[in-house]
Amino acid sequence: MPLRLVKNAFDSRPGPRFFTQPERLKDSYDVVIIGGGGHGLACAYYLAKEHGITNVAVLEQGYIGGGNTGRNTTIVRSNYLTPEGVKFYDKSVQLFQDLANDFDLNIFYSQRGHFTLAHTDSALRTMRWRAEVNKHYGIESEVVDREDIAGACPELDLDCGGHLPVLGALYHAPGAVVRHDAVAWGYGRGADQRGVEIHQKTRVTGINVSGGRVTGVETDRGSIKTGTVISMVAGSTPRVTNMVGLTTPIVIHPLQACVTEPMKPWLDTIIVSASLHVYVSQSSRGELVMGASLDPAELHSTRSTLDFTEGLMDYLLDLFPFLGQARVMRQWAGMADMTPDFAPIMGTTPIEGFYLDAGWGTWGFKATPVSGMTMASTVANGRNHDLIEPFNLSRFERFALVGERGAASVGH
Amino acid sequence: MKLIDCPFIGPRPAAEFVYGGAWRPMPDAEQCSDAEWGCYVFHRDSVPGTKRELWYHGPSGTWLVAERDTLTDRFLRTMTLGQAMAEEASHA
Ligand SMILES: Cc1cc2nc3c(=O)[nH]c(=O)nc-3n(C[C@H](O)[C@H](O)[C@H](O)COP(=O)(O)OP(=O)(O)OC[C@H]3O[C@@H](n4cnc5c(N)ncnc54)[C@H](O)[C@@H]3O)c2cc1C
Repeated sequence: MPLRLVKNAFDSRPGPRFFTQPERLKDSYDVVIIGGGGHGLACAYYLAKEHGITNVAVLEQGYIGGGNTGRNTTIVRSNYLTPEGVKFYDKSVQLFQDLANDFDLNIFYSQRGHFTLAHTDSALRTMRWRAEVNKHYGIESEVVDREDIAGACPELDLDCGGHLPVLGALYHAPGAVVRHDAVAWGYGRGADQRGVEIHQKTRVTGINVSGGRVTGVETDRGSIKTGTVISMVAGSTPRVTNMVGLTTPIVIHPLQACVTEPMKPWLDTIIVSASLHVYVSQSSRGELVMGASLDPAELHSTRSTLDFTEGLMDYLLDLFPFLGQARVMRQWAGMADMTPDFAPIMGTTPIEGFYLDAGWGTWGFKATPVSGMTMASTVANGRNHDLIEPFNLSRFERFALVGERGAASVGH
Repeated sequence: MKLIDCPFIGPRPAAEFVYGGAWRPMPDAEQCSDAEWGCYVFHRDSVPGTKRELWYHGPSGTWLVAERDTLTDRFLRTMTLGQAMAEEASHA
């Protein structure tokens, strides 16, 4: 028997593969990050790497990447509608392109090109608008016609069986899919190597505030003193803001997705149709990864429904009638933290030392690098990073919304 | 099939109903500050629990108020708008 196996038999736990697992919580940290999803781990990584702040704990109630980070359909793009959104997501796409080198880890970044189909004149008008805003900021984005779409995806029935024929599309060459777990692991490992502590199975149950200032957090493993807490908990945001007595416009809705059995590669682009409420790409394993719009009512649950798959397949068959025989293999859901303007809520809050990174709804995976980077800068410098200033919670009382719905509702 | 008990015509399939959001009292627009009004328009209480919500029954075109547990998706009670407002007034 190999010696290594024998050695393992006497160890109480296996050695670390990606992370060290710190035994106990310290009494205090400079910064506590709630939530070990992509955003929390990225923020810890940039705090350590860019700002030398390493006395940091990431507290995760489950396992890292087990929230929406491990449940999303991994689309990365920057063809948004508002200048604020376009600049922000473009920075994220740039960071994504260097990430594999940065981590020394394959994140399966696969640039596919992204088509948002227009089935109505009004959709086409919004796409022209988006293309112009995108081009103004130097992003590859253009309105293309039916022949271009047919060339890139000959399997698509452009007439949709006579129901809502496709008129054109917004084409965004940089659109990509990425291995979501690897992004969480890469950021986690990088943070861990620089001295950040990642505590899994550690739930924050309360936040202590005294005189309008954060003084610590309560967890199911004891109390911690800290002057800085960053909430990066996506679908659990209202529960955490409730701990400090803040309200926000966030409402939690389930978002579901599913995959088919693997098939030969035939779809190398990402196809989105907001009118038909469906988007689809093919993974490197050959599965079709598909999703639709949100479940209609508030719900704090990750249950799956037949309504969702039925509705989705109905529309999918309008686009790709030949998939009638394909079988759905898996279905799941995440809890999306929705905002009224489909833009995130980031940065400082009325409580000193309490920072918010939330409102990621159905679109936040692509923002993982830029959120981590800008939130780390905000905490290190004590003021909101320029790129996130427009997304501050205070925008709602100033009636200064960042209307991103036209570019984010189904396209994620 | 999931059913919702319409206070007018009894249990109907859930698919016939449309969610109308939380049912919340409106502040006096003349009296309140911009921040208070912004809070009413945008802010929500999305901590899981039993909520009073507006639901619309499509086929009969009626609005109703439902008490629903947003953690389990169970409908606990349904009532007409009139009943809900009367209850609200008696609590005030
Ligand atoms: C089905 C689906 C498809 C999607 N598709 C896309 C897409 O194609 N492209 C895109 O850009 N975005 C997409 N999204 C959105 C994206 O997944 C999320 O916005 C993003 O992953 C949020 O990352 P996060 O790190 O903020 O949150 P999460 O990954 O959810 O991490 C938050 C973590 O906080 C932990 N937590 C919560 N409460 C506590 C507590 N009290 N104490 C300790 N830990 C706590 C949770 O366990 C969780 O692990 C999709 C989402 C879903 C559900």
